[in-house]
Amino acid sequence: MKNRILLAVIALLAVLTISACADAPRDEGQTLHRGLPSEPESLDPHKGRTTQAAEVQRDIGEGLLSYNATGELVAGAAQSWEVTDEGKTYTFYLRPEARWSNGDPVIADHFVSSLRRLVTPETAAFYAQFLEDLVNADDIVAGRKAPGTLGVEAVNDLTLRLFLDEPVPYLLNLLTHPSTFPIHPGSMEQHGEDFVRPGNMLSNGAYVLEEWVPGLNIVVRRNEHYWNNAETSIDRVIYHVLVQPMAELNRYRAGELHITSNVPADAFQTVKEQYPDDLKLAQNLGVYYYGFNLTKPPFRDSPELRKALSMAIDRDMLTGKIIGRGEKPAYSWVPPGVTNYKPTVMSFASLTQEERNIVARRLYAEAGYGPDNPLEVQLRYNTSDFHRRIAVAIQAMWRDVLGFEVTLINEEAQVLIANIREREVTQIFRLSWIGDYPDAHTFLSILQSGVSTNTPGYANPEYDSLIERAASQPDLDRRRLYLEEAERVLLADHAVIPLYFYVSERLVSPAVGGWGDNVLDYHYSQHLSLSADE
Amino acid sequence: MLRYTLLRLLGAIPTLLLVIVLAFLMVHAAPGGPFDAERALPPDIEANIARAYHLDEPLPKQFLRYLSGLLQGDLGPSYRFRDHTVNDLIGGAFPLSMKLGAMAMALALVLGAGAGTVAALRQDTLLDRVVMGFSMTGISIPVFVVAPILVLFLAVQLHWLPAGWSSTTGTSRFVLPVVTLALPQIAYIARLTRASMIDVLGRDFIRTARAQGLGTMTVVRLHALKPAMLPVLSYMGPAIAAILTGSVVVEEIFGIPGLGQFFVRGALNRDYTLVLGIVVFYASLIVLLNLVVDILYGVIDPRVRRR
Repeated sequence: MKNRILLAVIALLAVLTISACADAPRDEGQTLHRGLPSEPESLDPHKGRTTQAAEVQRDIGEGLLSYNATGELVAGAAQSWEVTDEGKTYTFYLRPEARWSNGDPVIADHFVSSLRRLVTPETAAFYAQFLEDLVNADDIVAGRKAPGTLGVEAVNDLTLRLFLDEPVPYLLNLLTHPSTFPIHPGSMEQHGEDFVRPGNMLSNGAYVLEEWVPGLNIVVRRNEHYWNNAETSIDRVIYHVLVQPMAELNRYRAGELHITSNVPADAFQTVKEQYPDDLKLAQNLGVYYYGFNLTKPPFRDSPELRKALSMAIDRDMLTGKIIGRGEKPAYSWVPPGVTNYKPTVMSFASLTQEERNIVARRLYAEAGYGPDNPLEVQLRYNTSDFHRRIAVAIQAMWRDVLGFEVTLINEEAQVLIANIREREVTQIFRLSWIGDYPDAHTFLSILQSGVSTNTPGYANPEYDSLIERAASQPDLDRRRLYLEEAERVLLADHAVIPLYFYVSERLVSPAVGGWGDNVLDYHYSQHLSLSADE
Repeated sequence: MLRYTLLRLLGAIPTLLLVIVLAFLMVHAAPGGPFDAERALPPDIEANIARAYHLDEPLPKQFLRYLSGLLQGDLGPSYRFRDHTVNDLIGGAFPLSMKLGAMAMALALVLGAGAGTVAALRQDTLLDRVVMGFSMTGISIPVFVVAPILVLFLAVQLHWLPAGWSSTTGTSRFVLPVVTLALPQIAYIARLTRASMIDVLGRDFIRTARAQGLGTMTVVRLHALKPAMLPVLSYMGPAIAAILTGSVVVEEIFGIPGLGQFFVRGALNRDYTLVLGIVVFYASLIVLLNLVVDILYGVIDPRVRRR
């Protein structure tokens, strides 16, 4: 009896082992291996949210416009366009040779259906208000009007017209975003919500979704019908979902990845020494900041205190020594790299740190604090070694310059976000903002009073009116002046403490060709190539 | 036996119900929701999403909705992975976790029982001490220390084994995760086997067998092994639970798309349905496997059956 059990166990082990050996997929043609730091929540153009989802979506779809390898706006599914009516009407002429992956032509109606679906409440799209300036968009999202009233029109199969409430100079940038990609209505009818499944999903981009194993990888293969397929060099792309940065680095070191999404902060120096040419650092459209809770004391009524705290931080030391990865210290809110804009800098940007410290101490005293009455305040950040290191450094700076000890509290990300929203317990909190498009508006509009993204609760009517005036201003130079003035107001109020501007860090194997650093950190696989020995 | 099984299964239902209620309450008690993120959503969009996922309904109603879906075998849509249902995700991830767990368990049994037996036969010799010493380290050093060390040496430095899980390699990618997962269990089983084997080897019927002229290995194989394994079999229940929980860490470290990884992700993402689904699944699995162990115990030890 026990012999039979033993035999059964051995047989089970054998079966498991043999099945584990089962065919590894054979690579046909060139396959690019990229790392993704988290699982995309969806590859449906209207249900994606994170930059990771967008990274994959950009390979399996194409909007009216696109970017090239160096981050310049180029024609995508539209080959040309006209802007009329003081910037409120856009007419796009679609490429006659554009095709879906099943050979069907891409026509204007596909964009109309898609944009309507984006704003339909039932879709529950995260980016439903991305094109909020389209006529009736806001009303449709709120359920007050029907999706059919959206300001889009298919004039004919190859001509698409968009109608806006206000001029939007960066509209062309918006039309590169996956939420504006077309959908194939026939596919939706046939498959319903399953139209995004590998095998069903049609693509008008350079690649088609082939396989998605949640937690493991996403595989896309060449779309033979893509209008620019002749220029696509790589046949297959595998996105490996690697949440731990160290795990991703190990895979890169072992030669199993061509491109990483990050470099772990702890290993940065080692990586810089070992792979100096593979390491790609580029300015990125993001700002790392500490926000104040402006709805409660002590920061609500004390601009001097806010300014003091901001001035007492040595940003150069922070970025140069403590972080040390090439980030730029932030003396403004809007990062460099946005078009048609000259960021204002804070008034103390040109002082030395010693001079700043002196002024900071004076302001601190003016606010009513001193050695007998030190400021008692909490700084919250989401748990991570990296954020902790920065918080500890700033705690020390405030202690040395101003003489108070800020209490550091680390919380899980979701908890911190909930606290920031509720504005009950937060006083100073760490957060960041990444821009969606290279225009100052994406950084400045989020601090208008009453919007959900206004984390500090900043409410300055002058600021609001400047932003509104900029939004409705068709003349680009006048618009720019309004935006720059708005930033001046924001910085003078010290509603937030910008610390540094993001830098994207990736490792790119020497075998990869066609790589272009750009401020958006967009790297379309169709621009890349692999040298023969992979 | 049949009656016993049925009664046990029936008794499991209130347990599972309690687990579901507790898990549901805990998951909703955690601050933050499934759709919160650094980039806050405009109120209209939040309202649309809440409506689409029934998060705007009162909690008891949401619970009943979930329960009725559960009774039909539908664990609901994943809140975080909008293109997949929880059934999809569990169905896709579980075979892999099961494979890893089963291989680790098998390895642990074979190596553990073997090491324990050898140690028992060579009691108090150097071999005994060495074997027990190794097993002590296996218990003491946590998984999340062992795994990265093994990866660093065997994968990154020596390139003998792959550093992680990727769909382009074969059997070799199982080796490190299975070994890492099995190590603490090898240790426990070795110690259990050794103690139990020593006890059994001292019994009268063994002396009888020896007196009849049977060699040591035959004695062990035919007479000692089965009774010596009984304590190990009782340990199987907790061992399975330990492998399930240990798999979470191992899967994280090696990037294996198993249930453990989804469980952690789900909790961090406040993906209510995914977390609940995995909790229900794990709970049912543990109840079932414990039942199997109890039945096996009866099969192997006739004395239990007669009760």
